[in-house]
Amino acid sequence: MLFLIIKRILLGFITLFIVSIITFVGTEVLPGDACTTYLERQAFGEQLEACYRRLGLNVPAYERYVSWALNAIQGDFGYSLSGEMPIKEVLGPRIKNSLVLASAAIFIGIPIALILGIITALWRDKLPDVAISTVTIFAMTIPEFISATLLILIIAIWLEWLPGIVIVPTDVSFLELLPNIILPVVAIAMIMTAHMARMVRSSVIQVMASEYVQMAILKGVPYWKMVFKHVLPNALLPAINVVALTIAWLLGGVVVTEVVFNYPGLGRLVIESISNRDLPTVQALAIILASIYVSINLLADLLTLMLNPRLKTLQIRK
Amino acid sequence: MKLDNIYKEEKKSAVAKLSEIIITMASRPSGLIGLSILVFHIILAFISPYIAPHDFKAIDPTLMLQAPSAEYWFGTDDLGRDVFTRTILGGRTALTITFFGSLIALLWGGLLGIFCGLVGGKIDDVVMRIVDAFLSIPWILAMLLIVSLLGTSTEVLIPALGFFYGKGIVRVARAATHDVIAKDFIVSAKARGHSNFSIIWNEIIPNVRDAILVEGAMRWSWMLLGFSSLSFLGFGVSPPTPDWGLMISNARGLMSFAYWAVIAPIVGLSSLIIGINLTADAFAKALGIDRSTKAPV
Repeated sequence: MLFLIIKRILLGFITLFIVSIITFVGTEVLPGDACTTYLERQAFGEQLEACYRRLGLNVPAYERYVSWALNAIQGDFGYSLSGEMPIKEVLGPRIKNSLVLASAAIFIGIPIALILGIITALWRDKLPDVAISTVTIFAMTIPEFISATLLILIIAIWLEWLPGIVIVPTDVSFLELLPNIILPVVAIAMIMTAHMARMVRSSVIQVMASEYVQMAILKGVPYWKMVFKHVLPNALLPAINVVALTIAWLLGGVVVTEVVFNYPGLGRLVIESISNRDLPTVQALAIILASIYVSINLLADLLTLMLNPRLKTLQIRK
Repeated sequence: MKLDNIYKEEKKSAVAKLSEIIITMASRPSGLIGLSILVFHIILAFISPYIAPHDFKAIDPTLMLQAPSAEYWFGTDDLGRDVFTRTILGGRTALTITFFGSLIALLWGGLLGIFCGLVGGKIDDVVMRIVDAFLSIPWILAMLLIVSLLGTSTEVLIPALGFFYGKGIVRVARAATHDVIAKDFIVSAKARGHSNFSIIWNEIIPNVRDAILVEGAMRWSWMLLGFSSLSFLGFGVSPPTPDWGLMISNARGLMSFAYWAVIAPIVGLSSLIIGINLTADAFAKALGIDRSTKAPV
């Protein structure tokens, strides 16, 4: 059990290590570098040399990688190009804002997804299922930027209930952020809920068809007792991993949603830093987003391990 | 002569099998709707240049933001271009790029996955670690890096999307290969002394083909989502190419006055994505593969 946990954590670190190499190489081969972008037309001779020295770009790539990685482990990602601010300070409020957005969406989304998934599974192919499933297919497949745009058009422009875009500074307090955050949260929660509801549905259906549930029915266990005691615990366990993967996958969707609502989070920073060729920030963002993905997955694995006594003695092959 | 006959019979049965699958898909309402939408979009993509009533790039300042009328069915946009023309043309680039992108993803992802599943051991471990690492980079960040590195021409986007969306197929193909690898017919093929290539081609591919095809169909809709998100963010095809993502992003700022310019491309893109999704779902069901418990990675 302990060995298994340690192994999973180690694998996570190896993954992050490879990610850091991929992004380092990826940003390294981008045409132009930090200095040519920063100096634009003055990028020659003395000034270029001085800039290279200042940013430490005059040493070989692998040496730069090692020093960058050593600093990054301590949370120091160097200086961003455009603002000439430490990236740490740029990231701080952005991470907080994105975290508020994502956790609000998750806390709203998970309970609704559970309820919808269970309802659709128990009334499979009946009216509630057909109605809810149709809606979830729409919510799930339509791109984030379309559902976000439609939300703005209907709720903010036509009905004028809520502000359509976020026009607050990056480091605003939570209470001021609140009315601005509702529409982005709804946009993200909608897609996430739809994905998870579908997975819960098929998981419950699978368990309902299993032999021990058939046995319970034959034994005359009351329907709702059977659902809560035999079906749900077994159905929700495998859903944890899938839910984690969905949340991680939605990191990309969060980026798009933040751009649509002009929300000052990590996602908009991704777009801004890539447009500005702010490579140090891009590297930092890649590592941070990948760490979020890896830790969500790790957390889900550990949770499954802890909740499922059968797995404690088993070696999981992944 | 005899061999020739067998070959013909197999070929016939493949066509029969395909039409059987299509009939099964169309027998469910959701499959029928999905197939019809998809076929409609494909036909539209082929004929739209011939039926477009106006020039998609003709700018006319006197016709800015006109409401829908008999002449301009879906109104005009901020540059006075006909929204109907641009909407029916708007899916061509997306459909072409993502279709060929998915083919590339299917090919390299499927073959690498089968290979890893077959050989196992150290090579498998290393490849899967790298695939995991690529999976943990958010798709949007990776795609943005690729297009800012290589540009946004069709020749770049097709292989880039194909490469990036193939990594998930590696996992599916590998898992499917693991399922068949221990079966008797593989063991006996090995015992007969067949080469790895022959085992992959004659024994494994026919058995994992369905799972990989279904996965590829799903990738197609995700790739379309990714591609149009890129266009929307301004990192996809460049103006004045009519493209739904780009049109939505352009018309969005003015949607309080001219909602028609944003609604038309929204309907186009949403219906295509829903059509592909429903078709892929029906395809999976017709082949007896349950993929509803899988996360979109």
